[in-house]
Order: sequence, then C-alpha cells, then structure tokens
Amino acid sequence: MERPNRIKAARPAVERRHFLKTALMAALGFASPVLSRTKDTMKRMQAWIAGTDYDPSEHYYGMAVDVDKCIGCGSCAAACKTENGVPEEPFFFKTWVERYRIFEDGSSEVDSPEGAVNGFRRITEDGRSPIRNFFVPKLCNHCDNPPCVQVCPVGATYKTPDGVVLMDREYCIGCRYCIQACPYGARYLDPVNKTADKCTFCYHRVVKGLEPACVENCPTEARIFGEVKKKASPLMRFRRMNKISVLKPALNTEPKVYYANLDMEVR
Amino acid sequence: MEAIVHHLSPLLNEITGFIYPNEIELHWSLLIVLYPYITGLVAGAFILASLVKVFNVRELQPVYRLSLLTALSFMLVATLPLLAHLGRPERAFEILMTPNVTSAMAMFGFVYAWYLMAVLLLEIWFDYRRDLILWADQAKGLKRALYRVLSLFSRDVSEKALDFDNRAERVITVLGIPSAFLLHGYVGFIFGSVKANPWWSSVLMPIVFLFSAIVSGIALVLLIYMIVTPLRKQSIDMFCLEKLAAFLLYAMIVDFSLEILDFIHRVYESEESIHILAELVKGKLFISLVVVQVLVGMVIPLLTISGMRMFKAADELKKLAYFVSALLVQVGIFSTRWNVVIGGQLFSKSFRGLTVYKMSFLGIEGLLTGILILVLPLLILSTLLKVLPPWKESHNSL
Repeated sequence: MERPNRIKAARPAVERRHFLKTALMAALGFASPVLSRTKDTMKRMQAWIAGTDYDPSEHYYGMAVDVDKCIGCGSCAAACKTENGVPEEPFFFKTWVERYRIFEDGSSEVDSPEGAVNGFRRITEDGRSPIRNFFVPKLCNHCDNPPCVQVCPVGATYKTPDGVVLMDREYCIGCRYCIQACPYGARYLDPVNKTADKCTFCYHRVVKGLEPACVENCPTEARIFGEVKKKASPLMRFRRMNKISVLKPALNTEPKVYYANLDMEVR
Repeated sequence: MEAIVHHLSPLLNEITGFIYPNEIELHWSLLIVLYPYITGLVAGAFILASLVKVFNVRELQPVYRLSLLTALSFMLVATLPLLAHLGRPERAFEILMTPNVTSAMAMFGFVYAWYLMAVLLLEIWFDYRRDLILWADQAKGLKRALYRVLSLFSRDVSEKALDFDNRAERVITVLGIPSAFLLHGYVGFIFGSVKANPWWSSVLMPIVFLFSAIVSGIALVLLIYMIVTPLRKQSIDMFCLEKLAAFLLYAMIVDFSLEILDFIHRVYESEESIHILAELVKGKLFISLVVVQVLVGMVIPLLTISGMRMFKAADELKKLAYFVSALLVQVGIFSTRWNVVIGGQLFSKSFRGLTVYKMSFLGIEGLLTGILILVLPLLILSTLLKVLPPWKESHNSL
C-alpha cells in the first residue's frame, strides 16, 4: 500500500499549512472585534462631533460675499478670532478684510491693518481722493480643486464630503507646503501647535445647523453661507440674482467663495 | 509664542506695498535653501562619477571614487535640514508610512531611499569589494572586523567575481544616471509645480535645477580634489583637472543658457506677475541674484575657465584660476538656491507688495544650524576618506 505512506511522508507540510491557516484565521478572529470596534468608534465619534442626525453627504457648502454690502467694520474677522481661538497677534488670520482705494491715474492702494479686526481708520492725510473705494472680506475659498490638499505629503488636510477643506492638527507634520501652495494666503502656521491652520467654515457650528461666526456677526449681511447645490438655498438665490466672480479663476482651483460686485483690482 | 511675535513684529514696518496678513511669516527658511543645495551636490557628484564608468572618460579616473564618496557624504545629511525644519519632526515618518499619493513632497522618502540604497551604496560597495577583502586580510583586530563587516563577509576575489563586480557597477551607474536626474529634477518639481507662485511655477525648473546641480557637483569635487591632493603630499593630475574644468565649463554653459531662456521667456510673456517680480529682482534680490548668482557665480568663472583653456595658460596659473572659479561657482549656486527658495517668498501672492526675511543666528532655523549642516558632510567625507581611501596607491598596493 503506497498511498498511506505517501500521505505520511507529506504530513509535516500539511501540518504546517494547516497550522498557518489556523493561525491566520485565529488572528483575524481576534482582530475582528477590534476592527469592528474601531469602525463603531469612528461612527460614534462622527455622531458626537456632528450630532446623530447629520449626514455630510446631504450637504455641499459654499459662501457668497456681496462686496457692495461690506462696510469694513471687521466684525467678521474679530468674531472669527474669538470663535476659533485664533491667536490674537496680527500675523494669524482665518478671515480678514481688505480695503481698496483706486485713483484716477489707475494706481491703487490696498491695506488690511491687523486684518481689520478693529475695523479701518479713515485716511485723510494723503489728500488723495479715490475714484473707487470698497472693502473685500477674504477667507479660505474651500476650493473644489484645492492645491493645499493636493500637496500635503501625509494627507493631513482634506476635503470633507460636504465640501469643506479641513486640517487634522494631530496629523500635520508642519512642512508648510500647503501654505506655499495656497494662492490666497488663507493658511498660517499655528505658532503653538506648529501645524498648519485655516478657516473651517466653522464646521463645528455648521454641522449643528448654525452659521459660521463671520456670517452671523456681519451687520450688513454681506456674507451668505449655505448650500451650493440646493435650489432653495439662500446661496443659490444669491448666485441667481448676481453676477458672480471668484478669486484667481485662471488657477483652476474652483473656489466656493463667490463674490458679487468684485472689482478687477482684487486679487 | 512670544518668540515668534518678537520676531515678526518689527517686520511689519519693512513691508512695501500690500501683502496678505498671513504672509508676514516667511515659511521656508535657510534650511530649505540648504536642501536643494545639498541634493544638488549629491546628484552632480554622482553624474561626474558616471562619466568615468559609463562614458569612459579615463582622465577622470583619479576622482571617480572621490566623487562617489562625496555624493554619499552629502546624501547622508540631505534629510537633516528638512527634518529640522518640520514643525512636528516627530511625525516625519508619516511621510513614509501614510504618503499622500498626489503630493510631490510625499515621494521624497522613496526617491531618497532608492537613490541612497539602490544606487549609491550598491555602487560604492561593488567598487570597493575587492579592496575591502584585501584590506581585511592585511589589517588586524578591530580594523579587520570593520572591513569584514563592510565587505559583507564576501571573500571571493577570483577573476570571475571581479568581472561580475565590474558589470554590476556598470549596470548600477546606467540606472544611477536617471536616478540622479530623478533625485534633483524631482526637487525642482517640488518648487516648479506650485502654481500659486509665479516665481517657482515653471516647467523649466526641474531642468534648471538639474544642470545647476551638475555644475555645483563638479565644482565641489574639483575643490575637494585640489585641497586633499596637496594635503596627501601628492601632485595634482593636470589631465584630470583639465577634464574637470572642461566638464564644469560645458555644464555651466548649458545651465546659464537655460537660466537666460527662463528669464527671456518670463519677460517676453510678461504675465500678471511681471511687475512685482521685476520690482523684486531690481530691489531685494539685486545683490544675491544679479551680482552674486549671475556675475560672480556664473559670468566671471565662465570667462575665467574659458580664457584659461583658450590661451593655454601655465599649469600653476590654471590651478589657481580653476580653484577660484570653482569656489565662485559654489557661492553662485548657493545663491541660486537662495534666490529660488527665499526669493519666491519675498513677494505677496496678491502681487501688490514685498516682504522681508530676517535670518536669526541661533535657533533651529538659524545660521549656526545651517553652517553645522554644511560642515557635517565634510566631516563625514574626511572619515570616509580614511576608512575607504579612494586613491590609486591604496588600490594598487594590494
């Protein structure tokens, strides 16, 4: 009888294979509660942050700015610093306001003293009278094609399903490539945590159905926050009623901050 | 926090025009200037070595091993300035563990590892294998153990094995040339692909980086060769020096032509950013770009080297001229890196104003750290020259 012998000879290999198989299955078995637990934890975390009834896939956010309505009071910039714990020093901003003065000879002057958190002082001493005068609020454009997300070497900055560009400060390595890649100067390095930081559209408020702090604090309703894609949203209405521009369209970043009545001098 | 406020506050008074309020802090400092400078030296020195192995430029044989060891010494410190510059250096490994595939920067670890492990170390090992075995046989005690370990305990010095070494080296060098191009072209791409920054955003950037790398690498090996040879009480091989100067000259001509092309292209296209860039070049970058990079670092050495070659000067004069030229080229290439990295951050992305860079002396991003990072590869090289003497005598005496 040859057969049993052959089986006997091959036995160690079979045993090894069998052992490996069992070991693998056992490992997976042990890991499965952990795996499913992480998934559960993730879900719970999401629910905790966002509230259980919030589904990001149902939203897509943007902002509109009516340049003609901005009075340069700087309430938005100040409110942002308070709401988001942005360092008070005038080197770190998630939003700020710029003042443009355009003169007859085609020259122009722009300023944004301390990001306009304290508003602007009237300029009279230079004796020049501009032919156009206006304020432009600036913030992260939450681009649809964000160069900052493209360049981040570890994926610490990312686009959420609801169209907001966020930063993971626990993951960022502080290489600052995103700051270099942002054409709008919307990012800075958090001087304490040494990681990049930026406007979040006040995501912590938005997911609870509230408006971003800058929008809520604007006395003239120059900023409108809302759904980009829903027909009934105030943002969509704004985009129907106005001629819209975005900043630096040639760079194909596809910004989701839409400006009405934007002057050609604004970059 | 106080330190950064203390650093940034005085800068507010030095801004001209308008910058976005977040732009007051200049993010890529001296250390990021060193990074392309050092990787450039690595790539350049390796390409010089490949001239011997792949293109059979026999005259350069005396500096073949020297250039490999130079490349290795600088390669070993190439990551230091990057690491020191990170806000959270303890998370640096995330670049390798969880790289973002769309990020040019995320590829650095892989490009670096490939170049160091698969190209430089392998090539050096195959080139030195026979010598390592023989040195181990001659040496005693700890030194013997060291050479045994370095030779990875190989013992075979038969004709066949040596033949294999030779062929392996050739294959690695052939692979190494595109790898060296990749290493430094890639560094150029990191800057060249930033569309937000018109000073950087140029398809020529990787190529300009590459040729300036070759220039700096050849000049560095020439300098080291001319310093070390008299220290060893040997005479400089004039054929070798002539060839080094010749290749330096060719590389400089290509590099300079590319830079001029870039300049003409920008001026001719005259895009939106041209006014602010013109203001930058005429003002804050005038000394470092027009005077140091172009005049001192390029035109003067270019004329000197070609003059020496044209008029068949005496050897001693040639040595002096080549040495000084190579020194000026180093200064020039360093300011090239400076002008790209720092220059690209001195103007606002609103194209309406200029900001300033104030270098500190102490501190992790200060001048002192920069100097230490530049001295370190020279210390490594002097150790390598002792452990793995690249000279003909030590090769032939066995």
